[in-house]
Amino acid sequence: MSRLRSVAVALSLLAFFLVPVYAWATGDVYALTLFGRILVFVLAATGLNLALGYGGMVSFGHAMYIGLGAYSVAILTLMGLHSGWLHLITAVAISGLVAIPVGWVALRTQGIAFIMITLAFAQLFFYIFISLKNFGGDDGVSLSQVSNFGPLTGNIYALYLSLLVTALIVLGVVMRLVRSPFGLVLRATKVSERRVNAVGLHSLPYRLTAYVFSAQVCALAGFFLANLTGFVSPDYLKWSISGELIVMVLLGGLGTVFGPLVGATALLLIEEFLKAMTEHWPLILGPLIVLMVIFLRRGLWSLLEGREKS
Amino acid sequence: MTLELFIVQVLNGVQLGILLFLMAAGLTLVFGIMGFINLAHGSLYMLGAYFAAVGYTATGSFVLAMAIGFFFTFVLGGLADAAGLSILHRRDHLDQVLATFGIVLFANELVRVIWGNAPVYMDTPEYLADPISLFGLSYPSYRFAIIAVGLVVAVALYLLIERTRVGMLIRAGASNRTMVSALGVNIGWLNRFVFALGAGLAGLAGAMVGPILSIQPGMGEPILILTLVVIVIGGIGSIRGAFYGALVVGIIDTIGRIFLPIVLRNLLDPSMANAVGPAVASIMVYLLMAIVLAFKPDGLFPVRNRS
Repeated sequence: MSRLRSVAVALSLLAFFLVPVYAWATGDVYALTLFGRILVFVLAATGLNLALGYGGMVSFGHAMYIGLGAYSVAILTLMGLHSGWLHLITAVAISGLVAIPVGWVALRTQGIAFIMITLAFAQLFFYIFISLKNFGGDDGVSLSQVSNFGPLTGNIYALYLSLLVTALIVLGVVMRLVRSPFGLVLRATKVSERRVNAVGLHSLPYRLTAYVFSAQVCALAGFFLANLTGFVSPDYLKWSISGELIVMVLLGGLGTVFGPLVGATALLLIEEFLKAMTEHWPLILGPLIVLMVIFLRRGLWSLLEGREKS
Repeated sequence: MTLELFIVQVLNGVQLGILLFLMAAGLTLVFGIMGFINLAHGSLYMLGAYFAAVGYTATGSFVLAMAIGFFFTFVLGGLADAAGLSILHRRDHLDQVLATFGIVLFANELVRVIWGNAPVYMDTPEYLADPISLFGLSYPSYRFAIIAVGLVVAVALYLLIERTRVGMLIRAGASNRTMVSALGVNIGWLNRFVFALGAGLAGLAGAMVGPILSIQPGMGEPILILTLVVIVIGGIGSIRGAFYGALVVGIIDTIGRIFLPIVLRNLLDPSMANAVGPAVASIMVYLLMAIVLAFKPDGLFPVRNRS
């Protein structure tokens, strides 16, 4: 990593750690909610990046795993089960169980069909949650109580810090993973699946594992999102959320460990800024996305590259 | 009674299928010939509906309103392609999806700024207001007109592609565009025409649903996603696949929503059936897609010889 990049990562991490200090000093709890939301999407985008950036799997449906994570919290809470660890384990386990068959079917296809199928599966779950009137249906559910973690329950500082630590751990795991033999094969499948199979490996288990793991990271993000907002609705699974997740990964830099951190932060801050400016903010965000695709193909992270060739 | 209801619902399914075909034909043609996937296809559908509503108020003629819906989106499609959308043809699918996603956000908000958040309504013309009788079965004549128009368009499209010189070039372009342009055909203009035609068909679909749905921002997304399901099931790039896929999806979706809850009520206890019925009914189409893909990853009518 170039020096410029190391400095940028260190500074942004420092900024994330300073947010609770700032909130505590000024009483501005909104900053915690805003940056908590940003961290949720950093986490989700990091998960997606593993499938999209390293595995070349353009999933247009990862919002469904955020939704599954969030609904794990909501449904267990409605059933009277409040244990936080139970919520967490359920979110990760359910998303894994769903991601295995979904990934298996989707990975039978390639290219554009893969994009559409992942989108369609996400819609499938979107409509399931809309029609389950017992769990709030269209309107969603306000959680009567957030996940129970003993004395820390409902403490936003604790929530923010655990979110930050989780994001750091996941970033670390991804960094290790992509350099491992597993990651090498995964990156190779992105370049040419046929060649990977030709050297005697089977690409499917590698791609499926990466897909499932990335789904579980998104579910983890959903678990935190539910606790952060105290509210769960089918909107979390909307196709535009899946789209925004891809924008975050691409804006940061496809297939770079810290790209999603940069991309998610940048996109949400831009959105926040535009929302403050005008209620018709998508009128500006839409063209910005188009410009980004056309001119910033390698992402913001690549701007910090200096002269070094990667 | 039940048989009658069943036939009416099948016809409703066909009507939805016809609309899906109008959408899918454009999307799959554009994909087939230029490898371009356009998520903003749903926005063209939405704009077609708004153009038709405005045109109907302005001219008072329903037929003119439909023509306006088609023509304006046709021109808009051509202009968008000329204005730089064609840059995206050479990019990978990820870039195309994202850029057109940005356009969808923009289009929805633009419509909201111009026509407001509240739905716009469009009346059925008087001569199509009364139900018609089909073999003793009463069916809304407007929905029947949609089916008829859709079938005419399907036949016209078939003749255009299979029997005319332009159609020959389109087919040739789909299998090897470099060769076609080497033979002296301006592939850029061919692409532009195909893209505009697809846009116009989406606009026509939108214009025709005006009287049966409320016209509002974001109305294009649900149908866009169903359309994607259609072309995945049918086989991407195949018009024939789009036609059969659209009918299958239209009928299964409509029938499923009406009859599945009834069937479930007989099988499960009522409270369970009421909870699960709508959920299962709304995902039938997606389950169908998953099953098709599990057995035939290239869809039911795969296109061969793609370079």
